[in-house]
Amino acid sequence: MSSSTKGYLDMDLLRFSTAGSVDDGKSTLIGRLLYDSKSIFEDQMEAIEKSSKRHGDGEVNLALLTDGLKAEREQGITIDVAYRYFATPKRKFIIADTPGHVQYTRNMVTGASTSNLAIVLVDARKGMTEQSRRHMFIASLLRIPHLVVCVNKMDLVDYAEERFEEIKEEMSDFSSKLNVVDVEFVPISALKGDNVVERTDKMTWYEGPTLMYILENVHIASDHNHIDCRFPVQYVIRPHSDEYHDYRGYAGRIAGGVYKTGDEVTALPSGFKSTISSIDTYDGPVDKAFAPMSVTIRLSDEIDISRGDMIVRTNNIPKVEQDIELMVCWLSKTNLVPRGKYALKHTSADARCIINEVKYKVNINTLHRMEGDQVIGMNDIARISIRTTKPLFHDTYRRNRITGSLILIDEATNETVGACMII
Amino acid sequence: MTSYNLTHLRELESEGIYIIREVAAQFENPVLMFSGGKDSICMLHLAIKAFYPAKVPFPLLHVDTGHNFPETIAFRDALMKKHDLNLIVGSVQDAINEGIATEETGVSASRIRLQIPALLKAIEDNKFDCALGGARRDEEKARAKERFFSHRDDFGQWDPKNQRPELWNLFNGRKKMGEHFRVFPLSNWTEMDVWQYILHENIDIPNLYFAHQREVVNRDGVLLYKSDVLPTIEGEESKVMSVRFRTIGDMTSTGATISDADTLEKIVEEVASTRMTERGGRADDKRSETSMEDRKKEGYF
Repeated sequence: MSSSTKGYLDMDLLRFSTAGSVDDGKSTLIGRLLYDSKSIFEDQMEAIEKSSKRHGDGEVNLALLTDGLKAEREQGITIDVAYRYFATPKRKFIIADTPGHVQYTRNMVTGASTSNLAIVLVDARKGMTEQSRRHMFIASLLRIPHLVVCVNKMDLVDYAEERFEEIKEEMSDFSSKLNVVDVEFVPISALKGDNVVERTDKMTWYEGPTLMYILENVHIASDHNHIDCRFPVQYVIRPHSDEYHDYRGYAGRIAGGVYKTGDEVTALPSGFKSTISSIDTYDGPVDKAFAPMSVTIRLSDEIDISRGDMIVRTNNIPKVEQDIELMVCWLSKTNLVPRGKYALKHTSADARCIINEVKYKVNINTLHRMEGDQVIGMNDIARISIRTTKPLFHDTYRRNRITGSLILIDEATNETVGACMII
Repeated sequence: MTSYNLTHLRELESEGIYIIREVAAQFENPVLMFSGGKDSICMLHLAIKAFYPAKVPFPLLHVDTGHNFPETIAFRDALMKKHDLNLIVGSVQDAINEGIATEETGVSASRIRLQIPALLKAIEDNKFDCALGGARRDEEKARAKERFFSHRDDFGQWDPKNQRPELWNLFNGRKKMGEHFRVFPLSNWTEMDVWQYILHENIDIPNLYFAHQREVVNRDGVLLYKSDVLPTIEGEESKVMSVRFRTIGDMTSTGATISDADTLEKIVEEVASTRMTERGGRADDKRSETSMEDRKKEGYF
């Protein structure tokens, strides 16, 4: 078999987000990644060549590859997150591409919530801007494990090392105030293709990797929590057939830790203890399972477990509480109602809650806390506390992005209005 | 040290299974839209895995344009029997007979758009509150902005400006009476992923996907099967060639590609080296730059 029919068995998956406005070259960068990794098809290329000519562009405008919907072109706006895909022999990539207009924060948060890595684009001529600060803050708030700052348009500053170092220093200063774990800086020109996929000879002073090298090699296996065993029960499987008469399996996607047959476990909220008798999949039982695998767990005792319950290791129990402290990003045009009631979704559990207190709002440009500001509108980020109708089995967001996150839902409109991270 | 890392196919599979289980848990009366194409076959495969050893707990819906390849229908029926599945057929011909759809005329007449009233009628008649679809975001730019859980109003319409944000793995399927959801478990899959998965899992697919001899006409660069239902153009010549189909839709609008790929391995290699998008062969998408977006707003999947 050739590489295309065999090599894919070693590929893994990296999800990353990009954010920015039209003029910082984000679309050109994405176009460049797609183009240089040969993910552009002839008919797509023809379409953008035609379009470039019509617009009177000199060279083919790679930014047009990420051109959006008619509804967007008509109104000159971009509607939230677009997802794009490409692959190299090493990895498959999912880009959450978020636009930089007025709904930026909401969109960046959405795109960032599932990302392993964020690309922050900075225009080499302008250096760090309000927008790049905001983007870094959101990446740290959402705890994206890896951050890559691309200093773009190096061709327009004569590929000057001093300029790159200046921006790098300024941004490192800022990122040290945030909880950014892993940050890299790459000088690029998305337009010319320098250091995006191919190394350039225009910046011999730069000895670091290209952007593509980072994307292909950044270590992502440890981005999931493999320590604290958390299994939110999603669905109970009962075949009711002769062959599987007494079968009772708990289906779900592992949110943390490594489960093995024979493990002593506790079911929440009941507190009943049992052991794992089998971890089933369609392809047969497995002896261990870890995040983000979808499996079906069977226990050796018959205990009452349903959707919204959680199976955890007996010696490592999450917090089981009704009073919860959160950072919220508000997503709705209707402001948060202090003391208001909302529905919430947390892992596979549904509950209701009341907003107990708005503690402060964050100025996302200066990172200052605005105490006493109770008006939380769309794109605002605030610290709040809630009381839920039943205990949530949770961890801090810092410890586990799945058991540490929840969404608030307006019960009248059913809209998702708040994205919350548990402190 | 053991590495706790999944391959991209295993991660996509796990995500798809998670979404399908979420549908079974959140909705009262879901249905899986089955076209007989590779994407819906792949989705069905995930559904079977999701509930094993129990049966798939919801029915399948096939919107039959009446212009399907006979091979697709035969494949569909055999598959339903094999997995003991409950199939509901929504018929475009019935919709035309009942006057809720009007047949297009002319040489490029197609029944693609007519699937919309037939689909919406089947959803209404059966009171389905969620329809699972095999659409992928990489197929088309209107689909790149689609959600996993896509909310539809009581007319079945998609409003791209008013979609619910989707964060982490939390999916909000709450709705009012009369509204429903379209859910797409393969959102993050590419054409290549689907083929690699079919190869890896050794999933049965209709023979139309493999290279075979077929009589085709070349119409505006699209090779169409010269079937009984294809409107004819005078003086148009047909030719028997070795072709295969990259997508399976209507006989009158699905373009064939010249190919010798007669095994799954060869298809994967061909897809890897092909320089055209799969929808490039769909006459229905060539109508205008925004045909998919327009259809989706009306209630297409």
